[in-house]
Amino acid sequence: MRLRSGQAGALFVLAAFFLLLPQFVTSSYWLGLWTLTLFYALLGQSWNLLGGYGGQVSFGHAVFFGTGAYVSAVLQVKFGFNAWAGAAVAVAAGGLVGAFLGAVSFRYGLRGSYFALVTLAFAEVFRVLVNSWELTGSGFGMLIPLRPGAAHLQFTDRTWFYYLILALLAAACALVWWIERSRFGAYLVAVRENEDAAQALGIDCFRVKVVAITLSGALASVAGVFYVQYFLFVDSHIGYGPAMSVNALLAPLIGGAGTLFGPLIGAVALGALSELTTLALGKTPGVNLLAFGVLLLVILRFLPNGLMGLFRGRA
Amino acid sequence: MLADPVFLLAVAFNGLTVGAIYALVALGLALIYGVLHIINFAHGSLLMLALYAAFFLFTLGGVDPYVAVLALAPGFFVFGYLLQRFVIAPISFGRDTNVLLVTLGLSIIFDNLALYLWTSTTRTINVPYAQTYVDIGVTAVALPRLVALGAALLVGVAFWLLMTRTDLGKAIRAVARERQGARIVGISVEHIFAVSFGLGTAVVALAACLLLPTFYVTPTVGYAFVLIAFTTVVLGGMGSFIGALLGGLLLGVVEAFSGVLLGESLGQIGIFLIFILVLLFRPTGFFGQRVA
Repeated sequence: MRLRSGQAGALFVLAAFFLLLPQFVTSSYWLGLWTLTLFYALLGQSWNLLGGYGGQVSFGHAVFFGTGAYVSAVLQVKFGFNAWAGAAVAVAAGGLVGAFLGAVSFRYGLRGSYFALVTLAFAEVFRVLVNSWELTGSGFGMLIPLRPGAAHLQFTDRTWFYYLILALLAAACALVWWIERSRFGAYLVAVRENEDAAQALGIDCFRVKVVAITLSGALASVAGVFYVQYFLFVDSHIGYGPAMSVNALLAPLIGGAGTLFGPLIGAVALGALSELTTLALGKTPGVNLLAFGVLLLVILRFLPNGLMGLFRGRA
Repeated sequence: MLADPVFLLAVAFNGLTVGAIYALVALGLALIYGVLHIINFAHGSLLMLALYAAFFLFTLGGVDPYVAVLALAPGFFVFGYLLQRFVIAPISFGRDTNVLLVTLGLSIIFDNLALYLWTSTTRTINVPYAQTYVDIGVTAVALPRLVALGAALLVGVAFWLLMTRTDLGKAIRAVARERQGARIVGISVEHIFAVSFGLGTAVVALAACLLLPTFYVTPTVGYAFVLIAFTTVVLGGMGSFIGALLGGLLLGVVEAFSGVLLGESLGQIGIFLIFILVLLFRPTGFFGQRVA
């Protein structure tokens, strides 16, 4: 389990860049943008684990994101939990929802497009539920009271949020890196490449997929917890709406699905594209996503391995 | 209230007229699925575009939606044909999940293009006959809804005739059943794929024209329909027209009753639950053959 020299070099440059970034980026606008970019990279990494490595394309990753966000919000607001304790329960809940969703859909043999649609339908079910349930704030959403301090997982100095999401993303990447090199990771890729052959070789495909979706769900709910602490608000559209599901898959697909740094590169590319379109066409709603959609089609057509494919071709 | 048979019939009939639109949207999706074996995620967005087209034809050109359909259906046929032939097919390289992602990309593009060009304002048109109610005994129904119900049944019959009585239908069925074989006997598979996609898109344009008089249009309206259409198609059996028709009508009724029982907000859950349950326990639907 060692890094190749090229990877070690890249990792060193990346780490130095992101650790030192707040030294150079002092405007709160740009720091906020980088914080959100890393947030999308984390969300994308969670999708990548299941969709990129395992080949189980999810169209409803919001179901995990929203669970993380809502569980931590409800526990804090309605049950007086400490933010850290709420976060722990929320991440466990995200994993649990993943395990349940995976157990149900993989048990009944859902694959490919059918699996994608079922995850979307689950996200919609959750969206309708939290939108009608009083405990989850129904149509109004959940507002977290402002309580600055590390003990409450809130920071007045936004730089700390940047370092928090950086640490979370680094941990997620370390997990994926470790999985990539583990026996489990090899099983996961085997399931993606040819499930029948993997099964024939004695791999318990069902178990592999359920473990993958559980981990993926837990990671996405970490992103959900971060979102709630950062914005102190979540409602049914933010939490379980289709936009977050799309966000989860865009970064890894554009950066390179099934690669360690794909989600990060994709998130940075999308962030840059978003700024460029705003610069060129003004801050009109829809313009950013319009550009994202076009980029997705271009990538699918010309770079099926995402932006990472550009590097890999030469390595 | 629930024991009152007149009330129950009224709810059921109302659901039926909503279901007719679902059935129409789903018919197009069923055709595309049945022939190309792809899931067209952009289907709802195409409906949204057709709604805007009908809206602008009415507000800018004064063309009634029922007249506009004569132009929109052929127009959307061509649009769908070109989309499949020159965008979806080349980009997806014929792989299943790729098609799903390409059509997702298209729906993102269409939805946000609409948002950019026409803003998120909810738009409706005002036609005189929308306020005309027809008394059918148990309840009074808005005329456009009765028209939609009739049209859905007619289109169902027309599709059936097209598929069974014409050479084109024969070719479509041949491609759906056995791609390679169809190619060998001289059928252009790419052409038939695109024709099927075009037909599916044309039906969506028809549905839009029937829907607009009693409905509204926003850039995100397609998303609400896309899951309903998938549910309909899955429920009826992938690729089955009669299944899509009955599935759509049934879903309309289910939605009407779950709305009455659970309230408007929670009532939407019925359709998604049906979708999940059917996919899990009866992926062949009620009229389809085993697929996955």
